Amino acid sequence: MTDLAARLDRLRGAAQPRNHDARTIAALTSNPGCARRGVLDAAGIDKDAIAAELGFAAPFGQSQFAITRGNVFEAQVKADGCAELLSLLRDRLGLSIPEVAYDDLGVVGGNESRKVRHARTRQLFARALGEGPGTLFDHPLLRLDIAGQPAYLEPDVIAFQFEGRFHIIEIKSFAMIDGQADPAQVASAARQSAVYVLALRRLLTELGHDEDTVSHEVVLVCPENFSNRPTATFLDVRPQLAVLRRQLARLTGIDRIVAELPADLTFEPGAGLAGAVRSVEARYSPDCVSGCEMALFCRDEARACGSTGALGRSIRDDLGGVDSIATALALADGSLEPAEELAETAAGLRLAARLRREALGAAS
Amino acid sequence: MSALGALARLEAVAAGRAVPVATVRHCHLSERPLVIVPLRLAGEAVAPLAAMVGTDPERPRLLFVPQPRNRDLRFRFAAELAEVVLGRIEECRTAVEELPPAKDGTERVRYGEAPQIIVPNQAGVGFLRMLGRSTRFRRTDGPYPVDPAVPMLGRWLTWFADRYERPGAALLLAMTETLRLHWASGQSSLEDGNLAALLGWIDPPEGLTGPQAAALAEDPVASPPAGPATDPSFDNEVLAPAIAGYDEAADETGLSHAKERLRTVLSSQLVPTWELMWRAIGLLRALPEGANVAARHDRDRDSFTWYAETFEEGFPQARRDDAVNAARRLHDLERAQESYDAQRAFDDPLVMAEYRLTGEAFGGVVTECLPTRLDETGKKPKLRPWLRVRTGDPVRLEPGRAVCSAARPGLKGRIVEVAAGEVLVELTGGMGRKLTPEPGSVPEVGDRVCFTSLGTDSARGRPNFPEREQTPWTHGGPPAEYVPTDEDAQEAWS
Repeated sequence: MTDLAARLDRLRGAAQPRNHDARTIAALTSNPGCARRGVLDAAGIDKDAIAAELGFAAPFGQSQFAITRGNVFEAQVKADGCAELLSLLRDRLGLSIPEVAYDDLGVVGGNESRKVRHARTRQLFARALGEGPGTLFDHPLLRLDIAGQPAYLEPDVIAFQFEGRFHIIEIKSFAMIDGQADPAQVASAARQSAVYVLALRRLLTELGHDEDTVSHEVVLVCPENFSNRPTATFLDVRPQLAVLRRQLARLTGIDRIVAELPADLTFEPGAGLAGAVRSVEARYSPDCVSGCEMALFCRDEARACGSTGALGRSIRDDLGGVDSIATALALADGSLEPAEELAETAAGLRLAARLRREALGAAS
Repeated sequence: MSALGALARLEAVAAGRAVPVATVRHCHLSERPLVIVPLRLAGEAVAPLAAMVGTDPERPRLLFVPQPRNRDLRFRFAAELAEVVLGRIEECRTAVEELPPAKDGTERVRYGEAPQIIVPNQAGVGFLRMLGRSTRFRRTDGPYPVDPAVPMLGRWLTWFADRYERPGAALLLAMTETLRLHWASGQSSLEDGNLAALLGWIDPPEGLTGPQAAALAEDPVASPPAGPATDPSFDNEVLAPAIAGYDEAADETGLSHAKERLRTVLSSQLVPTWELMWRAIGLLRALPEGANVAARHDRDRDSFTWYAETFEEGFPQARRDDAVNAARRLHDLERAQESYDAQRAFDDPLVMAEYRLTGEAFGGVVTECLPTRLDETGKKPKLRPWLRVRTGDPVRLEPGRAVCSAARPGLKGRIVEVAAGEVLVELTGGMGRKLTPEPGSVPEVGDRVCFTSLGTDSARGRPNFPEREQTPWTHGGPPAEYVPTDEDAQEAWS
């Protein structure tokens, strides 16, 4: 075990490391500059539990209607050995697939241990590339190293082997209406699929194959228009892959951040937890709320110290990078003499303040 | 956003409540706006769950679908909503204003009113657009007939959603966006998407600060979301059992009990937002209306009149614009955006301040004035008064740039020179036709003035777009004529 791994274990305390899934790994890419998130994720700390312990439970819940709808749609697409899926691949994407083998890797001979399942996945993938016209692998168990620690991925996807290449097939239940789906949901699906593509690529390179054996084109299956009828489309996840690679490489550089933390620091629940979390710097921005379990805690902290970033990244930019609300306001009303490097920013703020005053005065 | 908008947000944080970013109201507000607060079933593209609708704050009407997965019940909901929306549209057509005949002599009229729909947020607009899309192709005959009002509703909702995209139009408004046009809160724009939180900043209840009111508003139990998405824990703990109760009802009594229960729980989710909507309308109404708002409202009424009058012979809107229509539409939207931006700046010194900040406008005091100066270089002498204006604004207008007065855009001029906090302007028009200016038309020494280059670009005509049939091959060639098909009408809605 490396020093870093031991150190991260200590940070986590007695708690079990939290398993990553594609959602949490994809989320790593959303705020790469945040050291707090980097450390907590690298150590596999359950951020949800920590946030709740701190009194800032994350507002993430899912409606059972949405879950049911998702499950029903997926079951329908996969029914009868993926009959609907195959006809989509043939008719919609024009792939000539004469016959197909379907393997569900969800459970291996009654044994659900991750190691066993992963080994079985490896074995089947190794065999599949050598032969056969087409193969569908449901619920493969993949592995990806996160900050030096292996994370098992439980993708709810199908890996589809066709003419010597693998495609990830992602089934989502948001609708594609007249050929368009909600861009936010497509983006999030693309980020998650990129994680699977990467994990599958790692697996195949370990098996001695070329990276390109796994296509960067993911097959996205969604309901069409307002019906339950599925439709499929290719989704190019190259941009998401690039971001993910960069971010994972950066995570392994987490040792530098960890090295600067006090040696006895731990995120064990208890009275010292808030202080421990605060000792690792966060970079809060309002969009954290949609993706990070710690967001409400960090927001509270950013607001309490009067950070301009709590109002949005663009606001900080508009203020010429001034971090503190009080400083910006003092520069604007002239009560604070700016340091040389802030002179231009201060002049802009003063002008803005004068124009606001004049306009409000003129109106009253 | 600019430094000005950012500064306003900081001021709001410091003050503990929202601050104005407009001094007048920039949108028309109908006497009787139709407020619609829609809710959608989670996980579905567009499964209406409920809506609170009406034009009278005291008399909201609750429409709901007891089993949102039931197709017939959805269409019944659509028919009920149609009754409300189409009813309001008909009301607006009762009074007619006669306009002077067009150039070719055809008679022109304009309905006295235009219907105005207000929803809580942008997602509400998206929901109406999708509801329009899912109903406008329906047929009233054939295998799956629907109430004749359903496809009509679909076409009208599509039209409203379309007009929403047009800058300056006020036929469909999203309340959070409209409020943000007039106030800056001390929270991020993402958080402003929560109507209750935003209103908490703008008009906190007695005894609370803006941030306290906003924090209360973020608790989905104390303050149910403004839709169309519902609170997941409401779905799981309240709604799901209530819908199950409806599904399991054994007889008429059971059914009516189940419906009553659903009505109560859905109402509890909708009434708070309904009240917020009318409070927000009250706040907006209290602002004086901008000078150009009435003219924009006339355009809205024209647009409404045209659509209503051609409704009978028209088809449902196509699923997608063809190339020529799309180009035309984009062009029109860009023009509308420019003119809307300029009008708002002329109507409101606080908006004009944005342009002063970027140097496209400047304000200051007249220090020198030659009101009767003549330009005698040409054949005939021309009245060309000079004004020297002292300003602290960062002027970025080149000599020769045409400008006009912010207070009276008819007063035109040209920049002669800009130097050391002073601008020399030559006035070129808007002072009458004589060689001496009309009294009061030329500012005097000591007057505060503001000049801008906004709205002085020479009128650009519409570029020549090809006819549909002439669509070039680069854009896919001439599109196929749209003919509504049976398949459109029978599209599954499950």
